[in-house]
Amino acid sequence: MEIVVCVKQVPDTTEVKIDPVTNTLVRQGVPSIVNPFDKFALEIGLQLKEKHGGRVTVVSMGPPQAKDALKECLAMGADAAILLSDRAFGGADTLATSYTLAAAVRKLGNVDLLLCGKQAIDGDTAQVGPEMAEHLGWAQVTYAAAVEVDGDRVKVNREQDEGYDVVTSSLPAVVTIIKTATEPRYPTVKGTMKANRTEIPVWTAADLEVDADCLGLNGSPTKVKRIFTPQRQVHGEIIEGEPREAAAALVEKLRELKIV
Amino acid sequence: MEFILTPEQEDIRKMVREFAAKAIAPTAAERDEQEIFAREIFDQMGKLGLMGLPYPEEYGGAGSDYVSYAIAVEEVSKVCASTGIGLSVHVSLCSGPIFLYGNEEQKQKFLRPLAEGTKLGAFGLTEPDAGTDAANGASTAVKDGDSYVLNGTKVFTTNGGEAEIYIVFAATDKALGPKGMSCFIVEKGTPGFTFGKKEIKMGIRASVQRELIFENCRVPAANLLGKAGDGFKIAMSALDSGRIGVAAQATGIAQGALDEAIKYAKQRVQFGKPIATFQAVNFMLADMATRIEAARLLTYQAAFRRAKGLPYSKEAAMAKLFASDAAMAVTTDAVQVFGGYGFSREYPVERLMRDAKITQIYEGTNQAQRMVIAGNILR
Repeated sequence: MEIVVCVKQVPDTTEVKIDPVTNTLVRQGVPSIVNPFDKFALEIGLQLKEKHGGRVTVVSMGPPQAKDALKECLAMGADAAILLSDRAFGGADTLATSYTLAAAVRKLGNVDLLLCGKQAIDGDTAQVGPEMAEHLGWAQVTYAAAVEVDGDRVKVNREQDEGYDVVTSSLPAVVTIIKTATEPRYPTVKGTMKANRTEIPVWTAADLEVDADCLGLNGSPTKVKRIFTPQRQVHGEIIEGEPREAAAALVEKLRELKIV
Repeated sequence: MEFILTPEQEDIRKMVREFAAKAIAPTAAERDEQEIFAREIFDQMGKLGLMGLPYPEEYGGAGSDYVSYAIAVEEVSKVCASTGIGLSVHVSLCSGPIFLYGNEEQKQKFLRPLAEGTKLGAFGLTEPDAGTDAANGASTAVKDGDSYVLNGTKVFTTNGGEAEIYIVFAATDKALGPKGMSCFIVEKGTPGFTFGKKEIKMGIRASVQRELIFENCRVPAANLLGKAGDGFKIAMSALDSGRIGVAAQATGIAQGALDEAIKYAKQRVQFGKPIATFQAVNFMLADMATRIEAARLLTYQAAFRRAKGLPYSKEAAMAKLFASDAAMAVTTDAVQVFGGYGFSREYPVERLMRDAKITQIYEGTNQAQRMVIAGNILR
């Protein structure tokens, strides 16, 4: 089966710094990583390939240095990687991003399953996966913890607050992946060496069947007015006393807040 | 002349660094404290291709080079020197001689599982009364039909008891001195081959150093590595390679200590300012960084020469001598930067300082390195 995994290169920090003037992410000095949820998606893709045969292709949209993220995916075992990079793609919101990625999936052709992380840890929108499904006109299942393929159908365990739903869908489909029980595999030495020898083609707008008005900043209805770090309003509380009593008091408070 | 790594070497560094941070570092303090040898880490390193990094794919290796191997040992040692030496001994001292001197059958039978990481390797040369004077060991091997009968005791054998494959040296003709020493591949479980005392040590406590005991142990003649009498030559060449591993280990220990010291110096506030802003501290950090850079360059140079097939014995000795002294100095200074907290087991620098000491001793003491270097420059 032909599997495509969409990945994003993100800054390696949970405390993303925002430039107060430009309202954009400060990337300087922050190492870049493959979005962790995307790695879980890739792991599932690689497992499905091992079970059913076929190929796993990773696709990313980003600046030229996003090739490093794709290289890591190749080192983990992906068969091919494609970078979508063009000045015309710059400034894209989730709509323009998903439009561009979907065009690449269409160009690849014969894709059975499109996997993505549930969201990127920088923007945290969780929109690109579902939007790609809309652009492609495919079924979508979000927040998947497990994915099985049986013939032309996919069976997904979709996470819920209490347990999970079992959802089946026809293929092709888009499935977004949460942090699963199986940690993404480490790249191997041989995989790393192979990734270094693998050419990563760069597709520009000219390589895709796209409407220029739907790309990048032009194709992005989202306007960011201001980004700021909210003031912390609730302060922590220290519960004094013997451990047993303090724990009981804690449980009581959590009950009152309907957390447990 | 170029001083940059290839993209492949850079990527292998990144790969090993991430693996070490996730899979080795979190348990390093606990394994040191409780003297736990974690075989599963070596199994995992085998799956990733680290246990056979510089050897060709036809023998189960990853087909990379010796510089990448040095980088891997450095990165692993940065977070756990015990794991670093286990890896170095396995690759340099055990697999190395089989790759260089083994026949095809020996390579397929022993090198392949070692390089694939399904079996662990060790190297037994040192004896209670023969350390630097390695040619003067008391172990003997007497040919008897299709086997050699080994008798003797080896000490301080890294991975001893845990490894499945041992490179062991014994005299086949005592009268010939170094030229009467031979090298054997001995498998764990061979009758007459048992393990003795485990060393209780100052550092590298999550690594095992153990006594190997041979009592009328019959080793198939097919396990003789090279020819009878090649032993000393094999041992010396293995140690030349091993010195690159120890130099890389020392560089890693030192870098690990510097990284910790920098982090701490930026955070620790005294007199209203981070201590990193005081010249007394940041000059120390500058000296530490400079020493490490020199150690690293010597180490990579030796590894590069080995990979290119150039003579590297002198360079490996220099790298090991300098890097191990650097590791001792840098880790001691790192403890000093931390002050009282550095002396506490709460922070990793005291462990790194304890681990650094052995790098000045094994794979030939630093005095023995000077013998090698002097021998080379006075020829």
